[in-house]
Amino acid sequence: MANPLLKIEDLHAAVQGKEILRGIDLAVGAGEVHAIMGPNGSGKSTLAGVLAGRDSYEVTAGRVTYAGQDLLEMAPEDRASAGVFLAFQYPVEIPGVGNLYFLRAALNAQRRQRGEEELDAADFLQLAKKRMKLLEMDDTLTRRAVNEGFSGGEKKRNEIFQMAMLEPKLAILDETDSGLDIDALKIVAQGVNALRDAQRAMLVITHYQRLLNYIVPDYVHVLSAGRIVKSGGKELALELEEKGYGWLEPEAAAAV
Amino acid sequence: MPTPVANVEDLALQEYKYGFVTDIEAETIPRGLNEDIIRLISAKKQEPAFMLAWRLRAYQQWLKMREPKWANVQYPPIDYQNIIYYAAPKKKTDGPKSLEEVDPELLATYEKLGVPLKERAILAGVAVDAVFDSVSVATTFKEKLASLGIIFCSFSEAVREHPDLVEKYLGSVVPYTDNFFATLNSAVFSDGSFCYVPKGVRCPMELSTYFRINSEDTGQFERTLIIADEGASVSYLEGCTAPKRDSNQLHAAVVELVALDQATIKYSTVQNWYPGDREGRGGIYNFVTKRGKCQGRASKISWTQVETGSAITWKYPSCILMGDDSVGEFYSVAVTKHRQQADTGTKMIHLGKNTRSTIVSKGISAGFGQNTYRGAVRIHKNAGGARNYSQCDSLLIGDQCGAHTFPVLEVKNKTARIEHEASTSRIGEDQLFYCRQRGLSTEDAVSMIVNGFCKEVFRELPMEFAVEAQKLLSVSLEGSVG
Repeated sequence: MANPLLKIEDLHAAVQGKEILRGIDLAVGAGEVHAIMGPNGSGKSTLAGVLAGRDSYEVTAGRVTYAGQDLLEMAPEDRASAGVFLAFQYPVEIPGVGNLYFLRAALNAQRRQRGEEELDAADFLQLAKKRMKLLEMDDTLTRRAVNEGFSGGEKKRNEIFQMAMLEPKLAILDETDSGLDIDALKIVAQGVNALRDAQRAMLVITHYQRLLNYIVPDYVHVLSAGRIVKSGGKELALELEEKGYGWLEPEAAAAV
Repeated sequence: MPTPVANVEDLALQEYKYGFVTDIEAETIPRGLNEDIIRLISAKKQEPAFMLAWRLRAYQQWLKMREPKWANVQYPPIDYQNIIYYAAPKKKTDGPKSLEEVDPELLATYEKLGVPLKERAILAGVAVDAVFDSVSVATTFKEKLASLGIIFCSFSEAVREHPDLVEKYLGSVVPYTDNFFATLNSAVFSDGSFCYVPKGVRCPMELSTYFRINSEDTGQFERTLIIADEGASVSYLEGCTAPKRDSNQLHAAVVELVALDQATIKYSTVQNWYPGDREGRGGIYNFVTKRGKCQGRASKISWTQVETGSAITWKYPSCILMGDDSVGEFYSVAVTKHRQQADTGTKMIHLGKNTRSTIVSKGISAGFGQNTYRGAVRIHKNAGGARNYSQCDSLLIGDQCGAHTFPVLEVKNKTARIEHEASTSRIGEDQLFYCRQRGLSTEDAVSMIVNGFCKEVFRELPMEFAVEAQKLLSVSLEGSVG
């Protein structure tokens, strides 16, 4: 890849002084879907958080280049405006704030930042309807406050709906499958697939292979103890399904 | 990683937007308080004898009273002899007859406050009884209201023009013996608003008053009396901002509402007085007595307040539910930041049968702000079938502030039904990060979270006031995360 959309080089990050990421290298090109797999505690969510700019993570070494810019120097809202979207593992409730109101404020904040014109209420609603149709969602979720009282599945679908509205260049899906039953999983995966296109890169973080039956990745990376210990095509996910993560642990150990 | 632009503690560091003093020559009387001063105030206002007698009785009562100390607020002792008890803008002729005659500088002050009196009155259909310091200088839409028999004027004018109504209702809800500050007010009150809506009349517009403290060291003692006769309804808006100054200012207002059979009074307040600087110096002391009496059957009184200002707020808009089937409501948002202290809440006194009350209180604390909810629900033994619902929520921004809740329930009738809910939450880094990840700046995120938190109260405000209140809240909390 000459100019990947996202380039991570020797990334180290710590949480409360404890090093979690210990030298990640990864390049993601536009249009590609990369799956990041790994056991609990391997650093998957930390990687997602660092890329999105969460304050509680401290980057101790390494570089991340996004669309030619130093991503780590950017504030979280600026990363969002530049097209980085994180679908949260645990979406946050904001009581009293309407889902659509929130989304319109977010979309227009991004558009202002990019020097684009803001969407008025009518245009916004039209877009929202289109996206709901694309995701085969009804409008019951949009009429409620942000994530308030949503079931686990509803929260995840709402994340995908937000992604569809904000049209990011790089979507990071942090364990979007966790806590979903198979039907909810299918709905979410359909949504994600509908948003795949040649301009949009995706980083799909998951513990289980089953999500990858529905969102078929171009590349699979295995994260262990804060490092990518193995990369391959989609068949690597199947291999992991069969063998578990255990067979990779010695490699991780050896690499330390 | 970039250094976080956001740090939850600092949300409150916005300087007061409305800090300026208008240069208008004020007519003041000497500092201090004694019978002569009260006679002087009464004489200046050309009051009838009953008024002076009432003031003097209140003064005698006040001399026997002590300042209350039970509130969860701290402030240095107030020297009541070092206060000027009356100030009025000097009249050039006999006082303005219309807006055109009002001192242009005065009007400019309102412009600065974002209250273009004229435009506002015409465009928004709001009749404005503007209190500048202590004397009303402009009253609009009076004629239209008069054609419906509605009296809406300054308190002084009411004392002169409608002494019978004033004598009948003044002190009928908050007697001059009520409490230290209300009693002081009764003795020295300077001016305020008066409204009477006759039988069966629905007031066609929101009535509005803009209070503003202007002269240095002038104690403010406003008196408001609103009466809705049988079947009448009225919505009243009170909003205030004050210029910046160094010495603390006492404000002890009294508001009395009387609702007769099937009458409705809605009283909305947005209070944004100078809260003091970061260290709490120079803010307004706001010790207010507000009480409504649902005297008639199936009457209703609804209080909605958004309190963002003052160094100290001591205020409990209450309802006495006397008439059977009467309804009392209290919706409140109180914001404390820097060193602000608020001890506020309500009392719902259920006397009549099947009386109902609703209390929704939202306290927001930032910086070193201390926010106390103090509420009492009393169900009298004759109040069969009475119901109350109370909800008290607190939102904390940062870890130096405090939220306190003191609900008191006193139920003497077995058929009463009472519900009380309370919650305390903190604007979390998680919520902020979620919003920022979607592209919102920290300040927009805080403003959105706070407004969401207050939604149940804001939706009780009249439309244009709700928009102002949201803006005010955003401005108040600007920089708290900074």
